[in-house]
Formats: sequence, C-alpha cells, structure tokens
Amino acid sequence: MNPTQAALDRVTRVPGVRGALVVAATDGLVVAEQLMDGVDGQAAAALTGSLVGRLGRTAEGAGLRPPAFVHLRGEAGSVLAAPGPDDLVLVAVVGPDANLGLARLEMIEAAGRLA
Amino acid sequence: VTDDIRTLTTRLAEEPGSLAFLELAEALRRRGQLEAAYKVARGGLARYPGLADAHDLMARIQSDQGDLAAAFDAWSSALQLDPMRTSALKGIAFLYFRAGDQAAALDHLQRAMEVDPDDPTIRQAIGRISAGRAGAGHGAPEALPGRSDGGSTQPVGDDAAHSATAVMRTSAAPSGAAVAGGTAAAGRTPGLFDGLDGGERGLLLIDANGLRLGGELVSADGGDAGDRVAAQLAGVSREAARATRLLGLGSWHAIAIECPDGHLVLAQSTADTVLLASRDPSVPMGRVGLLAERAARAARTWLESQS
Repeated sequence: MNPTQAALDRVTRVPGVRGALVVAATDGLVVAEQLMDGVDGQAAAALTGSLVGRLGRTAEGAGLRPPAFVHLRGEAGSVLAAPGPDDLVLVAVVGPDANLGLARLEMIEAAGRLA
Repeated sequence: VTDDIRTLTTRLAEEPGSLAFLELAEALRRRGQLEAAYKVARGGLARYPGLADAHDLMARIQSDQGDLAAAFDAWSSALQLDPMRTSALKGIAFLYFRAGDQAAALDHLQRAMEVDPDDPTIRQAIGRISAGRAGAGHGAPEALPGRSDGGSTQPVGDDAAHSATAVMRTSAAPSGAAVAGGTAAAGRTPGLFDGLDGGERGLLLIDANGLRLGGELVSADGGDAGDRVAAQLAGVSREAARATRLLGLGSWHAIAIECPDGHLVLAQSTADTVLLASRDPSVPMGRVGLLAERAARAARTWLESQS
C-alpha cells in the first residue's frame, strides 16, 4: 500500500468520517480518494484547496507559519484539512458526531507521511 | 553583528524554507547593510514569489539602494498580489512624487486612505502635497513626512535613499512603539469588544470586502497585521458557505486554523462580516473558539447599534 492510500485508510477508519481525499492544493485536483456515496470529491477538492490556500496566506499575513490543521465547521458536519509535503493536502469530510479529536491526530500524522 | 541578526541568521540557516528571511532582510536594511539585505530578500523571493510581503520588502531595500525603477516594479508586484497593501500604495506614491507626478502620487495616497482611513500619516502626506501644489505650483520635496520609527525626523531631500527611507517609515509596518502608540490606538473602536478577554487585541472584525471594521492584530514582529489579514479574508465567508453547502453540511459556523505559532478562529458575526480571533498556541483551540463566538456576538450587537 502506498503512503497516500495508507493515509486515506487511516483517516477513514475514524468513526464519523464520511470520506477522505488527497488534494493538490495549487490546482485543487483530486490525487486519491476514499469517499462514501453522496460526497462530491471534486467539489471537496476544489473548494478545500482554495480555502486552505487562502487561509495559509492569511496566516502568513499575521506573521504565522503555515497552518498544520484547518477545521471548517458546518451545521451538519465539518471539513478537516491537514497540509502535507509537496503541496498536498489531506482532506476529510465528517459528520456532526465524528470524533474530531481523533480525526485531527490521525490526519496530522498521516499528512506528514504523504509523498 | 547584533544578537537579533545573529539569531535570525541561525534561524534561516536551520529552516531555509521559513519566513525568517523577511525579518532578517529588514533588520539588515535598517542597519544600512543593503547589499546583504538584498541578497537575503532575493533568496526569500525565489522561494515565495507569491508573497506580497517579500515584494514589499524588496521594494524598500531597492528604494534605499536608490534603484527606484526596480522599487516601483517590486511595489507593483506587491499590489498585484495584495491590492489593498497600503505600504505599497504609499511607496508608489512616493516614487511618483519623486518623479514630479503629484496627481498620481495623490491618487495612490487617496487609495491608501480608503483602505486605512485611520492612518494619520496618509492624511498628513496628502495634506502636505496638496498644500505644496496650491502654494508653489510644484511639490517641494520636504512635503512628504519624515521618519516615524523613533529616529530623528529626517526631511525628504535629494538623496533618493534617504527619501525612500523617510517615506517608507510612514508606510511600512510600524515598529512596536508605533503599534502601541499609533496605528493600534487609531484602530481602537470603543464599545466593540469591551469586556472580552484581552480587549480588542487579537480580535478583528472584517467586512465582506476585506476591510477592517474594528479590532487590532499585531504580528510576531510587532507590526500591525490587521489590514493585511483583513484583505486576505475578503469573501472568505462566501467561499466557506459554498464549500459546506456543496458538501451537504449546511451553513458554516466557524473555521479553526491551527498554526505552529498561533491559533486563529474565524466566526461569522453577520451575513456580511466575519470575526477573527487570534491567540498564541498555549491557548487551547477550543477556548479560542469560545472567544471568537463571544466576540462575534459582541460585534453583532455593536453593528446593530451603529445602524
């Protein structure tokens, strides 16, 4: 199993995670995905790539180092993103009852191993 | 070599991909080591060609070196990346002023004032250029303000390096003292965040166009980062709403941004405004989230009182 697939496996095992994908941040394209039916991977990739890029520039503007983790909280769930090396971002779409703490830890660890 | 420069040099050597080059090059520039500052900035720009701060820094160095054409290009690049960057607008205004084009200088200063109406140095510069035009018919070089970085007041004269430095000190990120006594004070908004932990420091209320409505954000180097951060967040609410809607997650509530050296939380205060709360990483993200929620409620109340 390659590092990308291993990262997706690890994240999707967390309770409440509806799917995970690896995105190329610059162009917002899907590199790999493991998604439940009904989750639009391309939309998640494009929107998350753009949002993470913008939030990275915001952090830079505040004199901070690039984000290690981003959590977009919605009414019925969340989008989580953990930037990794080589402009890759590990993204997860989770339901409202997901174990966010565990998902965060797994994602940060897994994103560091992306290549 | 000062301790600061030694520390920054070590940091950059250990983390060549970090943003330490910004501080190091600026420290070298302030010491007058322009060639060294230029080399550091050039290396940083090669790594971060999309970083407006890096182009802004390069412009200051080139301006000090007297290479005003290159400074113009660098400030133009900074503006392309960040159209609301007042330091670049003021830098270009200075260059137009030097070239004798006072109308263009005033135009850029007016744009800077629209972005940051609370910056007194912009009003002063506009007033002085306008007065110079009305009086002599052409601008006297000393019309532009002098240093405000704690050094002696230095009128703008014929020497390009000194002139550029003088203007840049009115336009670039202010020193810590300037933040405490100047920009930050100008950004204070009575009644907006009263009673919240830390007052308005580290809280920023931003409209849909990326303009700061109130609050104060100081970057790690002591400069005022409020307007720069606000500009980056123009339209972020629409983008977040689109993402959550398309993914079937309903409306968006908040965005937590976890950086190694700081925690940021964005919350929606009204349909047209967002609230940014910033704290150092020792404050747990959950607490920053609660602070953001309280500040967003306070902002909502304040906005209603304003209307």
